[in-house]
Amino acid sequence: MSIRLEHIEKHFGRSQALSPTDLDIANGELIGLLGPSGSGKTTLLRIIAGLETPDANPRTRILFGERDVTRVHVRDRRIGFVFQHYALFRHMSVFDNVAFGLTVLPRRERPSSGEIRTRVLRLLEMVQLSHLANRYPAQLSGGQQQRVSLARALALKPEVLLLDEPFGALDAKVRQELRRWLRHLHDELGFTSVFVTHDQEEALELSDRVVVMSNGRIEQIDTPEALYRSPANRFVFEFLGDVNLLEGEVRDGVLTCGDAQLKADLPEGRQELLLRPHEIELATTPDESSHLPATVTAVVPVGAEVRVELSADWMNEPWLASVRHEQASQLTLARGSRVYARALTWHHYPAPSASVQPSLAASY
Amino acid sequence: MQRIGDTRWVRITLITAAVGLASLFLLLPLLAIFAQAFAAGINTFVSNVTDHFTLAAIGLTLVIAALTIPVNLVFGVMLAWLVTRFSFPGRRLLQTLIDIPFAISPVVAGLIYLLLYGRNGWVGGWLDSHDIQLMFAWPGILMVTIFVTCPFVARELIPLMQAQGSREEEAAVTLGARGFTLFRRVTLPNIRWALLYGVILTNARAVGEFGAVSVVSGAIRGETNTLPLHVELLYQDYNTVGAFASAALLALIALFTLAAKALLEWRAAPREAHS
Repeated sequence: MSIRLEHIEKHFGRSQALSPTDLDIANGELIGLLGPSGSGKTTLLRIIAGLETPDANPRTRILFGERDVTRVHVRDRRIGFVFQHYALFRHMSVFDNVAFGLTVLPRRERPSSGEIRTRVLRLLEMVQLSHLANRYPAQLSGGQQQRVSLARALALKPEVLLLDEPFGALDAKVRQELRRWLRHLHDELGFTSVFVTHDQEEALELSDRVVVMSNGRIEQIDTPEALYRSPANRFVFEFLGDVNLLEGEVRDGVLTCGDAQLKADLPEGRQELLLRPHEIELATTPDESSHLPATVTAVVPVGAEVRVELSADWMNEPWLASVRHEQASQLTLARGSRVYARALTWHHYPAPSASVQPSLAASY
Repeated sequence: MQRIGDTRWVRITLITAAVGLASLFLLLPLLAIFAQAFAAGINTFVSNVTDHFTLAAIGLTLVIAALTIPVNLVFGVMLAWLVTRFSFPGRRLLQTLIDIPFAISPVVAGLIYLLLYGRNGWVGGWLDSHDIQLMFAWPGILMVTIFVTCPFVARELIPLMQAQGSREEEAAVTLGARGFTLFRRVTLPNIRWALLYGVILTNARAVGEFGAVSVVSGAIRGETNTLPLHVELLYQDYNTVGAFASAALLALIALFTLAAKALLEWRAAPREAHS
């Protein structure tokens, strides 16, 4: 079922949690709402669910398909909702938790107890927890509890599934596993899903499209590839991965900051450049376009690459560079080594204000 | 390694002091009540307890408690629900108002009711012209008892419901649960032990309340005399054995309450341990 949000705004007391927001979600899409805490992503999700009411405004509309649900109560919106901390009914067994939605249906819509049983067992099978049907939530691990809560949310066959930081409280390995499993479930059952996360990796890996939010505003809506390739503004760029910052004075096409220099075809004056760790190469000598001397402060092999931490007087924050293993051993990198960083490419956003249109990301 | 202050002599001194004080101030008076009640033999005790006026006092006390509990149960749950599940202007003020009956001396509470609802009072005058008498009758006793005990249930529930939060209820609502179903199947099971505990405390106080009741009751024997008032009346009549027989009954109710409370705590403990 498609979801359309028009002019959604929300204040809590005097503080604005969400500035007027529009969003269109296609039928069967898996959407990630990504942002730091306080960005309004959870508020937006809860408004879609009906757990929170948007500020009253005649232009505010929430549509599920053709159905206007703006003034429809949560219980009648027929959504599935998964809470960050599972919110399982602690006094009910796993079976009763999953059966809850079916057992509170009005009598004429309620399936027979035999049918409820079959459906619950099928759901438990789907989340691979049939053997724990009689356990209580407190006896389950976090990952198991979250699977129960998913099965519970799916019991009424909702066409919209909303998940509030569903994997936030789980450890990395379980999270990875559940992510893949949710993607699979989504593709198989074909519902429309919206999930909230503050983890860019999770958003990029799981979503069809990512909605990046900050300060109660949508910064960019795009597919993970497009988002990573061309961030709309500096906030999105910085939020999507590690960033190294070079700030200095530009004169005659050269940016200077202390003893660091980099050729940069930018307007004269104070400018900031951003570089991803993989856009930095390390060498023993400077080249004609950059002179960025630094000292290695840490060398950490992580998987396919080596993360090198650099420091220098001209940096405000230490830089991170990721280099290939061969290169690292070729340069014999160790703590205290003197190296020169070379910028393979860099990015520049004209003003710190996030609302300004993006400029081209320059590269040479 | 030895903990600080954990020497043999400190331990012995502290334990002796605790046991000594507990015996002197708690256990001894309780034993004295029963000793006095049975001082003239078991037959006197029985005849004192089965005395017409004593039986009437027992009956009135139990009726008052039986009426107070459901009123406070409903009131307490609604208040706790309101305060912990909704945010509205004046919520904090309401939370403070709940404690008024704790802060006010029961005698003062009784006097206020007398001034308001007595024959010469603001409301009482109007009621009197319609032939309704609240003061110096059982409705008055009920009213002040409800006033004095009304914080108990809410005070037990509010911290618990605050700690549990409303996530489970939200989950139930997203699954389509409606008002009373939601309360019966999700809220109530989570608060039932605290609720029962609140009821036990309410009962103990309703049975034992003296100050407020004595102001509004008029202590008419066989009509508006509750058990605690009866104890005092008998004592003033120099019927010491009779007074202590009734006091023993009150003490028994108290002991029963304590046992019920201990049982509840014992039952609730393992659940809390694994949740």
